Amino acid sequence: MNLTDSALLNTYSLYALYSAMAVYALAFIAFAIDLARRSSAVDAIQAADLIEMDTAPSAGFEASAASTLTLKRPVLSRISARIDNDAALPYGRSSSLRVGVALTVLAWAVHLAATIMRGFAADRVPWANMYEFAMTGTLLIMTVFLIVLVRSDLRFLGTFVTGLVLVLLGVAALKFYVEVAPLPPALQSAWLVIHVFVASLATGMFALGFALSTVQLLQSRRENSELDDPAGASAPRSAVASALRLRFLATLPSSATLENLAYRISIIGFILWTFTLMAGSIWAEQAWGRYWGWDTKEVWTFIIWVIYAGYIHARATRGWRGSRSAWLAIIGFSAVMFNFGVVNVFFKGLHAYSGL
Amino acid sequence: MQPKLGLIGWLRWFWRQLTSMRTALFLLLMLAIAAIPGSLVPQRSSDPNGVSQYFADHPDLAPTLDKLQAFDVYTSAWFSAIYLLLFISLIGCVIPRTKHHFQALRSKPPTTPVRLARLSGFTEGEAPAQTDASAAITHASTLLKSSGYRVARFDSDTESSVSAERGYLRETGNLIFHGALVGILITVGFGGGYGFAGQRVLVEGQTFVNTLLAYDSFSPGRFFDDTTLDPYTLSLDDFSVSYEQRNLQAYGQPIDFTADVTVTPKGDAAEPGVVKVNGPLRTNGTSIYLLGNGYAPTIKVTAPDGAVVFSDSVPFLPQDANLTSLGIVKVPDGLAEQLGMIGFFYPTQDKAASGANFSSYPDLEYPLLTLNVYTGDLGLDAGVPTSVYALTTDTLTQQTGGTTGVDSIELKPGESAKLPGDLGTVSFVDNDPAASAVGDFTKSVPRFASFDIHHDPTQIWLFGFATLVLFGLFTGLLVPRRRLWVKATTRPDKTVHLEYAGLARGDDAALESAVTALADRHLKLLKTHQPVVATPEST
Ligand code: HEM
Repeated sequence: MNLTDSALLNTYSLYALYSAMAVYALAFIAFAIDLARRSSAVDAIQAADLIEMDTAPSAGFEASAASTLTLKRPVLSRISARIDNDAALPYGRSSSLRVGVALTVLAWAVHLAATIMRGFAADRVPWANMYEFAMTGTLLIMTVFLIVLVRSDLRFLGTFVTGLVLVLLGVAALKFYVEVAPLPPALQSAWLVIHVFVASLATGMFALGFALSTVQLLQSRRENSELDDPAGASAPRSAVASALRLRFLATLPSSATLENLAYRISIIGFILWTFTLMAGSIWAEQAWGRYWGWDTKEVWTFIIWVIYAGYIHARATRGWRGSRSAWLAIIGFSAVMFNFGVVNVFFKGLHAYSGL
Repeated sequence: MQPKLGLIGWLRWFWRQLTSMRTALFLLLMLAIAAIPGSLVPQRSSDPNGVSQYFADHPDLAPTLDKLQAFDVYTSAWFSAIYLLLFISLIGCVIPRTKHHFQALRSKPPTTPVRLARLSGFTEGEAPAQTDASAAITHASTLLKSSGYRVARFDSDTESSVSAERGYLRETGNLIFHGALVGILITVGFGGGYGFAGQRVLVEGQTFVNTLLAYDSFSPGRFFDDTTLDPYTLSLDDFSVSYEQRNLQAYGQPIDFTADVTVTPKGDAAEPGVVKVNGPLRTNGTSIYLLGNGYAPTIKVTAPDGAVVFSDSVPFLPQDANLTSLGIVKVPDGLAEQLGMIGFFYPTQDKAASGANFSSYPDLEYPLLTLNVYTGDLGLDAGVPTSVYALTTDTLTQQTGGTTGVDSIELKPGESAKLPGDLGTVSFVDNDPAASAVGDFTKSVPRFASFDIHHDPTQIWLFGFATLVLFGLFTGLLVPRRRLWVKATTRPDKTVHLEYAGLARGDDAALESAVTALADRHLKLLKTHQPVVATPEST
């Protein structure tokens, strides 16, 4: 491709990226409105419960309990079907939620176009410096999120995922932007394609796992405060939840369900991360003549791997299930972000591919 | 209490603690934390210059950190202690689990629980009229077996049931995973001892023989035997670099390094080879990596009587992206005094406003060599090994450059200059004078490449264990292990009541749908088999 075409394509890619960010911002707002609506719906239901309380003291949250009663059906009856959303107060899909998802899909498509154009402008895979890595990494986070949506209803994470992607893209576009440049010899390898791509995919999984674990922690606080205060509706809710206006939590799955979802997503991330680590050592052997040398980036990749191994063990250790293991997933993802944001930019080492 | 029993009891207690899940988790988290300092403080293994610099920058803190082994974190006593304990714990944990797993592999699924209603996915229903309880369970058994379950049957007068289990591969994978980790640790721990790593700089046209003395530096593993070095020769025929020239944003950025070499195994024909960044040459049991390159100006020093006392292409170490390079020439013999020179080489010389030289492009567009001359004692006779890349100037007198008031010698390829004090003449030899005469300097100065040559017989083992780790992870984490039960109870009125339920052993997202799918398929099967044909018992 000649240079002017490449420059032009790169300009289009930038326009597309900024447009995608604008649409993500709108999606973020729509998701936030949905959460706010959930909170007010919870308020309304609780107010109704208060009235009901006088007549039927046990009416509290029978809505979900109903599904655990044996419903005699003609041939087969099921006590419990597979429950994805065992929320205390099930809440359908509000129009703002639908709008949020639609906008996210639109933004994702534009984001994809921006990334592809950058790849064509550079005439190689678009993940060879921090700017490109952030662009492709966030695209993969979003892709993973949208794919998971098909299987499990995690739409309530929309605020978090669009918010995270927006922040990362903003930093990338403002702080990490570099012009198209050819690949330095050290990066000219098939492993750039495989190793970095799989690392981004793993990051996408860890991001979702992190979000779920965070909600799980909030949810289990809410559940505990409800246990302490079984009357629930009569007294003020958990101080934290109300202070943060997190009443929408009642419309989200239980902490146990969130924990299982977080675990399932994080273990996929862990397998991908293990592969990243191994592919990285194969590449390091070819490029630097040793498969492992405790370079700063290698150190942090190892630390992340060990933290997530800890997370998996925690889930099988008495006393560590639940909130404690959720903290490990949160620490693990923080280490992933640290590895990307801080180690690349401020630490010295062989992985000098930030392009800054 | 008897002291001996007490000791054994205590040891037992200690072993139980060490091999508990809680300890494993604790040690894992400790390992993660212990690895952090190595990324904050430079490490001798990966960045020895960084360590020296750290000592210079933090003279108070550095010695204390050094005592704590902070510059050798990954070989330190405390880091080693953590991972060794972790692996002992791992072995102590895996062995009993392996035994237990072998037993489980050979034993039958357990008896059907009395009350299935409490278990996951519990589903109940009525069998079609005239179904025989025992036959219904036979059908269920067949269904379960065809989906990979191991089954056991239990029959009584009024009740038949099948207990089924699948997913033994989950535990197998888990054990393979942990076992392969031990394999990796052992391979890395001992394997490195059987190899070697050596470095050698070669200027274009030079040849190296794979023998101990020919290396610039050589680090053998603990168990490595020098006599096993395979004495092949390696010649650097040509080293070519291409630079980005179209894209102004990246102008001058190298886009390719290629070393064309010839390898001649002992007593064999020469064969051409190529070494590139990311493309090591594997030959004669060694891997040859291209890790650095630069210019090696050919410098000649002649005594006043015309005798050549020094003539060599000297590798100059690159100092920046445009290959401003620094090199040292030492001439101990043949002149009236010992001579040392510190040279700067600029492949494309340019002058800053301050008057200082710099290189503005990494290729040979307008090459210039400047030399600061020192005379006196080079310190080579003390018997202490000295680096060819450093000149100790304490015992020398500077004659040109710096504060001497005499300009540094500046030479273009093909030029010569008189050394101060009538010591002789120094020349910058042009390798391609004909081209230089018409302004093309691209071949005037030879290049050098620095090669790392490694031998590591254990990498293939590592690769094998790593593959097992991945396989173990996939199966250990993703294969669902579960038990399913189907129970048929004949009521007094001869109708048959069916119950289905499952139990997850480990995370199992699809358990409930597995139970309901089984119930659906089973019921469909029963319906299509109306009226029931008695099938022979198959336990
Ligand atoms: C280097 C140290 C270790 C690492 C990196 C490690 C890593 C892992 C990983 C990644 C898994 C999930 C993979 C799978 O199930 O196949 C796992 C599971 C497991 N590990 Fe380890 N492990 C280590 C040491 C230990 C030790 C010392 C023990 C015993 C005390 C242990 C007991 C277990 C158990 C019981 C599971 C199954 C957990 C479950 O079912 O959720 N591991 N380990």
